[in-house]
Amino acid sequence: MTVNSNTLHRPFNKRRLKKNLGLTVSFIILVIGAIAMLIPFLWMLSTSLKDLSDTFVYPPKFFGKTIVWENYANVNERLNFLGMFGNTVFVTVMVLVGQIITSTMAGFAFSYLNFRGREHIFRLYLLAIMIPFHVLLVPTFVLLRDMRMLNSLWALILPCVVSPFGAFLMRQAYMSIPRALGEAAKIDGCSPWKIYTAIFLPLSVPTMTTLAIFTFVATWNDFLRPLIFLSSNKQMTLTLGIYAMQGNYSTDWGVLMATVTLSLLPVVIVFLSVQDLFVEGVAISGMKS
Amino acid sequence: MTNIRNKDWFWAVLFLLPSIVGLAVFTLYPLISSAYISLTDWGLLGDMNFVGFDNYIHAFKDATALTVFSNTILFTVVTVPVLLALPLLLAMALNRKMPMTRFFRATYFLPTISSMVAMSLIWQWMYNRDFGLVNYILSFAGIQGPNWLTSPFYALVAIMIVSVWKSLGYNMMLFLAGLQAIPRVYYEAADLDGCTGLRRLFRITLPLLRPTTLFITVMSIINSLQVFDQVMVITGGGPSRSSSVLVHYIYQCAFQYYEMGYGCALGWVLAIFIFLLTMTQFALNKEEYSIE
Repeated sequence: MTVNSNTLHRPFNKRRLKKNLGLTVSFIILVIGAIAMLIPFLWMLSTSLKDLSDTFVYPPKFFGKTIVWENYANVNERLNFLGMFGNTVFVTVMVLVGQIITSTMAGFAFSYLNFRGREHIFRLYLLAIMIPFHVLLVPTFVLLRDMRMLNSLWALILPCVVSPFGAFLMRQAYMSIPRALGEAAKIDGCSPWKIYTAIFLPLSVPTMTTLAIFTFVATWNDFLRPLIFLSSNKQMTLTLGIYAMQGNYSTDWGVLMATVTLSLLPVVIVFLSVQDLFVEGVAISGMKS
Repeated sequence: MTNIRNKDWFWAVLFLLPSIVGLAVFTLYPLISSAYISLTDWGLLGDMNFVGFDNYIHAFKDATALTVFSNTILFTVVTVPVLLALPLLLAMALNRKMPMTRFFRATYFLPTISSMVAMSLIWQWMYNRDFGLVNYILSFAGIQGPNWLTSPFYALVAIMIVSVWKSLGYNMMLFLAGLQAIPRVYYEAADLDGCTGLRRLFRITLPLLRPTTLFITVMSIINSLQVFDQVMVITGGGPSRSSSVLVHYIYQCAFQYYEMGYGCALGWVLAIFIFLLTMTQFALNKEEYSIE
């Protein structure tokens, strides 16, 4: 590099070399990072296929002497996995549907309808986004107890059906729909309800999908609510079940890791199939907030 | 005119009713109720006696609370800078034409979408002193790994590592979106002026990325203040509270010691911190725009 660069084409080469160097360094950094991201998952898979005698060995090996599928078969027997899986699916679907309905309706009101105090009410929704759930823990617990809903899956559903963040997200999407569309429908005699169902809802499918993915991941992975609101074995969700299992079978890492693997599958599958929408959603949430 | 307005009011009420009822019952009412409970000595079953600000004063005298505060702050001070530097580095590496971009994106995002409880369990197994993967990998570098989860120092470090590992991809994705929003013209102009390398980073990329960086910083701080799942699963706050954090203590006060009043007061301390942080972000952002 320190050689005299009097020749004409040298600066060009230098730049190209630099660009390739940058690309190579970037690629190496990304590969190292990706390995660090993946190792825990690979270790989870590896352990889930090991016999107990292969688990506690030093140095650790990625493959045991035999591949043991029994861990996966034992999952249901030890944990009532299917029951918990069903509970989690039920809660997630109910919260998802509820949030989509309430969020799109509120978003529609805040963007299309004109009424006095609209901006003030919307500002209250924004304030509500900021409130951490931890300050509401005790009163929510007491409220659900008084409603006789503790220990039922509804304790995880009802408080989560309304999301101020969802309303905010949908409102932002609806703001970009031209008013003329709604006005035209209005002249044709469409009621706001009709405008909402026939124009706004179909046009906001991508944003609704983004909201659905966020809600799905958050609800599926929620731990604090189940921990506080549920206590009977029959009503457990997956995260709570795994947590409880850790105490009971803390040494049987094979079965534990098989359970963890199965509990991750739905989220991972959904993520991989709608990866682009998901990434877009993250970017939007980052820019708009 | 008034007729139209009335009509819109009717529809507004109809469309907002579900979400307003939900917010009133499950956010507003609990919020007010929590403020009131925090001023009492309520223990879930016994009487509710008004004690004024005693719970709040106690929070700053209680040795456990002080430990928990300092652990939370230490956790935040260590993880947030890492959660800014590493994701920015990775986002800059990923922000160019190269093979496997989609693979990298998916890989870095995988921990983010997976449940913290599940991830914590995997890491707990990897932290095992004798058979764990972490100490085995360290042994290649000639390092004798510590007994992570039973050492008062390393327990919190272990929690920090898991937390950084999990949120890295999310911040990276936000940075990437921010980087891609920077118009290419700036870089082209810089190229013509012979401005390259680090100077490009400090003169163009970082200044233009400021709103993104500010947002990620505030988000990361808020998330760090609320860390809970990994503490609960991996260490349970131990050994001897060395890895216990604010939300963990709130949970214990309310649902293990049944000191509802005190639990609510600690919750309010957290809420006020978060409120102030968000307001700071808004203020700084506004300042930014007014300059432009």
